[in-house]
Amino acid sequence: MLNAKIPAGKLEEKWVDYKGHCKLVNPANKRKMEVIVVGTGLAGASAAASLGELGYKVKAFCFQDSPRRAHSIAAQGGINAAKNYQNDGDSVFRLFYDTIKGGDYRAREGNVHRLAEVSSNIIDQCVAQGVPFAREYGGLLSNRSFGGTQVQRTFYAAGQTGQQLLIGAYQALERQVALGNVTMYARHEMLDVVKIDGKAKGIIARNLITGELEKHFGYAVLLCTGGYGNVFYLSTNAMGSNVTAAWKAHKQGAYFANPCFTQIHPTCIPVSGDHQSKLTLMSESLRNDGRIWVPKAKGDNRKSIDIPEEERDYYLERRYPAFGNLVPRDVASRAAKERCDAGYGVGTSKQAVYLDFAAAIERYGKTEVSKQGLSNVSHEEIIALGKEVVKEKYGNLFDMYAKITGENPYEVPMRIYPAVHYTMGGLWVDYELQTNVPGLYALGEANFSDHGANRLGASALMQGLADGYFVVPYTLGNNLADEIYNAPIPTSHPAFEAAEKAVADRINTLKNINGKQSVESFHKRLGKIIWDKCGMARNAEGLKQAIAEVQALKKEFWSDVRIPGEINEFNPELDKANRVADFIELGELMCVDALARDESCGGHFREEYQTPDGEALRDDENFMYVAAWETTGEHEWALHKEELKYEVIKPSQRNYK
Amino acid sequence: MAHNNLNLKLKVWRQKNANTTGAFVKYDVNDISDEMSFLEMLDVLNEKLIVTGEEPIAFDHDCREGICGMCSLYIDGKPHGPWEANTTCQLHMRAFKDGDTITIEPWRSNAFPIVKDLTVDRGAFDRIIQAGGYVSVNTGNAVDGNSLPINKDNADASFAAAMCIGCGACVAACKNSSAMLFLSAKVSHLALLPQGEPERKSRVLNMVAQMDKEGFGSCTNTGACEAACPKEISIANIARLNKEYLRAGLTAE
Amino acid sequence: MTFKQMFTSSVGKKLIMGFTGIFLVLFLVVHAGLNACIWAMDGGVMFNRAGHFMGSNVVPRILEVGLFFFIFLHIIQGYMLTLQNRSKRAVGYAVNYSKGSKWYSRSMAILGTILLMFFVIHWKHFWVPSRITGVEEIKLPNGVEVHNLYAVMQETFQNIWVVVFYVVSCISLAYHLAHGFQSAFKTIGVHNKRYHAMISCIGYGFAIIIPLAFAMMPISFYLHWVN
Repeated sequence: MLNAKIPAGKLEEKWVDYKGHCKLVNPANKRKMEVIVVGTGLAGASAAASLGELGYKVKAFCFQDSPRRAHSIAAQGGINAAKNYQNDGDSVFRLFYDTIKGGDYRAREGNVHRLAEVSSNIIDQCVAQGVPFAREYGGLLSNRSFGGTQVQRTFYAAGQTGQQLLIGAYQALERQVALGNVTMYARHEMLDVVKIDGKAKGIIARNLITGELEKHFGYAVLLCTGGYGNVFYLSTNAMGSNVTAAWKAHKQGAYFANPCFTQIHPTCIPVSGDHQSKLTLMSESLRNDGRIWVPKAKGDNRKSIDIPEEERDYYLERRYPAFGNLVPRDVASRAAKERCDAGYGVGTSKQAVYLDFAAAIERYGKTEVSKQGLSNVSHEEIIALGKEVVKEKYGNLFDMYAKITGENPYEVPMRIYPAVHYTMGGLWVDYELQTNVPGLYALGEANFSDHGANRLGASALMQGLADGYFVVPYTLGNNLADEIYNAPIPTSHPAFEAAEKAVADRINTLKNINGKQSVESFHKRLGKIIWDKCGMARNAEGLKQAIAEVQALKKEFWSDVRIPGEINEFNPELDKANRVADFIELGELMCVDALARDESCGGHFREEYQTPDGEALRDDENFMYVAAWETTGEHEWALHKEELKYEVIKPSQRNYK
Repeated sequence: MAHNNLNLKLKVWRQKNANTTGAFVKYDVNDISDEMSFLEMLDVLNEKLIVTGEEPIAFDHDCREGICGMCSLYIDGKPHGPWEANTTCQLHMRAFKDGDTITIEPWRSNAFPIVKDLTVDRGAFDRIIQAGGYVSVNTGNAVDGNSLPINKDNADASFAAAMCIGCGACVAACKNSSAMLFLSAKVSHLALLPQGEPERKSRVLNMVAQMDKEGFGSCTNTGACEAACPKEISIANIARLNKEYLRAGLTAE
Repeated sequence: MTFKQMFTSSVGKKLIMGFTGIFLVLFLVVHAGLNACIWAMDGGVMFNRAGHFMGSNVVPRILEVGLFFFIFLHIIQGYMLTLQNRSKRAVGYAVNYSKGSKWYSRSMAILGTILLMFFVIHWKHFWVPSRITGVEEIKLPNGVEVHNLYAVMQETFQNIWVVVFYVVSCISLAYHLAHGFQSAFKTIGVHNKRYHAMISCIGYGFAIIIPLAFAMMPISFYLHWVN
């Protein structure tokens, strides 16, 4: 059994006690200690900035041309915080409870409670940095609701919350760069963790412009490299998002936890053809106002606006009257898949449902009429006023939809379908966000810790910033306090040399395969296997097939991939090949994990385990654990379990009806 | 909806690295669905090049949903292509007609040296931010978010400026290679908020100094930047920056 | 920060362009107003009197020094900025971006060069004789002897090529002002939407009315609308 090192004591006192008793590093010593941060999204940028402010010498790495590009920037809807500004009954406990329940009782109570505790500080910190959150006319912060909750606790900046938060963290990071506390390495990719005496002591990074390998020492290595949704090829992730850093850590002994817990987001623009390179999310905030429906009749080919009200099936409102269109993501996604599989889908592919704003436009129009004191207003004028309101709230999302599909969502309902969005699984970490490899940490989406089997909307931004701003500055110090007696290790140390050589050899091998198929074609095939057999619904037989197929794909990749260009130059195909090679290995582990978890929970839906009305059927008796996998050889993993103990919350079947 | 397939001719700038000179190379791409994005069209071409043993075209891209600011490309004489308020990654092939010839160039500015083909180095933007594009507040210093009400109009205007994605289209569009729209968006974002007040003067002076050091030109208010900006950042921000600069310069000790 | 630093940065140089531009705009109002005296239909009496005041009173003479200083500052700074700005893009585009801005906004240096050529000839026509080489005197009704600049104008504008050149220059001035007027105010920091809309409006009006008034002067003499 794994020990998560959760502090003893009452739930609400654990973090306070920890902070009160953790070891500290004095300022003079911090200045001597180098720390490596890989990834500059919300978790990475906030961690690098905060550690720089404390005085550590931070080296930060990102593969993009600037830290501001990290994919946290694409988060649209908002960030949760238990501020209770709306006086609607929110509290730290309720945010904690909603998150545990939303995660289908597969997250740690201690971590989640800490997350809820610091959520308020995040909002304060971001406001102080100048993040322009939406405000009410009185000048105070505005809130909206998100899926899986019945309170308004989501802070937002139009449909660009992630962008604004990341820019805040990025600016804090650049300030530390200017002060000399952080050295930024953009267009660098981490390709291995260097371990000395069992501890992480540095990394091998590749300069993506020159292709040169670099050795970097650090007293600790923080991986803030995001999730692995791109294993599916098509996802809402950025094209460059990858698992490589986390996977290299895994290969160096770090356990990979719950890899099969992936989140399929219910509201994305459907696939339009084989050429598709990525999928675009339409923010969950749209479900505040949009109503989701399909025709009541199978194979109804009429245009959406020709289908009369009584022939529409608002299936979420029908099945889940209490939460309606605001059920959690996994529930909404499965419901859409169920309707489409049953033959009620819409659009040319029949793999889509409608997200309709007509009712909201009319409602807002009427509100405007009374607000502006108008009388004798025609229906058309009401609709026009309503469209203005909707435009102000969601204008950028509607524009984006129109650009991609060529349809006007103010006039016709959007077509949406679920798509891979987030991965709850990730590197196993303890309460201190440290992996089982001492000195190696994982923050944000790269770790597995806070969202259990399903993440609620507006919680990813919260977790990334909580880890970076408010958790790791304490927990890192607690561990580094003992390291001050150890001198820095020169990168001429044999362990660094050996790691560098191993990386160089692997790149040479890849480059010299000189096969016939492009990296992209392998990635597409991998994505199809994983989506078909380890996607929204899985079964034992399919997973077994998938494992065999992925193994065969790996063999084919390593014998027939073609990488043009040279190693020592800017070569995006080579970068991609490095990443896809890791995705293939991860894909197999995802299937192994999904096969081993004989239950359904959250985003993991095994067809064999469902209630009579099609809901996920958990098996708390046998599977109330975190599955942490250790790599033991090619195609071989050993399972380590971390038991989940619920001391405060009593797990029950999630009920959103 | 009916969909068409297009046959197109491309004229693409190819350049091995920063130290070599480049040239245009012509390519034919056939049977392109008009539902594809522009970058997906380039993906199709690149796949073809890889299989035939040629080097694929290097271009920057990441999120492909118009927010990360990584994609660039100067398409047929306009940064980010023919659509208004749009990034290259969101440009779809519906914008083109069968038989069109499309010229694709990298951002051109001495301050954005070419890395390879259509990829440029925009590190200058990061260094401009380092010169003062932030509020100096360490983690943990903050007071309650609602302790300081902010006029909604100011908050909205600040947000409109903060929407800048740092793509560099403004520089690419400007005949002077000026970075003033980028710089002014950041200065306005922070000047409109009370949080930005304490460093208001030093910020604008230092950021302008850094911009000059990076080798960008000066603004002549032609408005090309605003017209090319994918996030429709208003040129009024440049006027605000000028005011901030004048105020700071005249009142500095 | 010293003033030198302040006015030599890219923004500072533009401030100089903006402030000198606004000064020149004010000068144009005065110049056009004085010259409009030719239309008094009194054989040039009012015009020559105004010209005499400008040439003999100490205040306009001091302002004249300022005017020359600002004109040269505006010209030199303008050329330097244009050259510097051009040097910022060593490799140009194959297809230029022309849709996002007005041609005259991009052509301020060319328009300015036409105006510079105009100034040289214009000074040779009027300023040099008046200040240096001498102009025939005429006695005003009140007995004061003044330069008969009115006669110089009459004579100068009998040449059709001079008239054409003056009109072309006025068109250049119109476009130079169409961009320059509102741009100068943006440069000195007017960002308020309402004021900016107002200034744009006034700017376009100014860019039409003032050059039109100037252009009408040689035309009026050439066509003998005044005598």
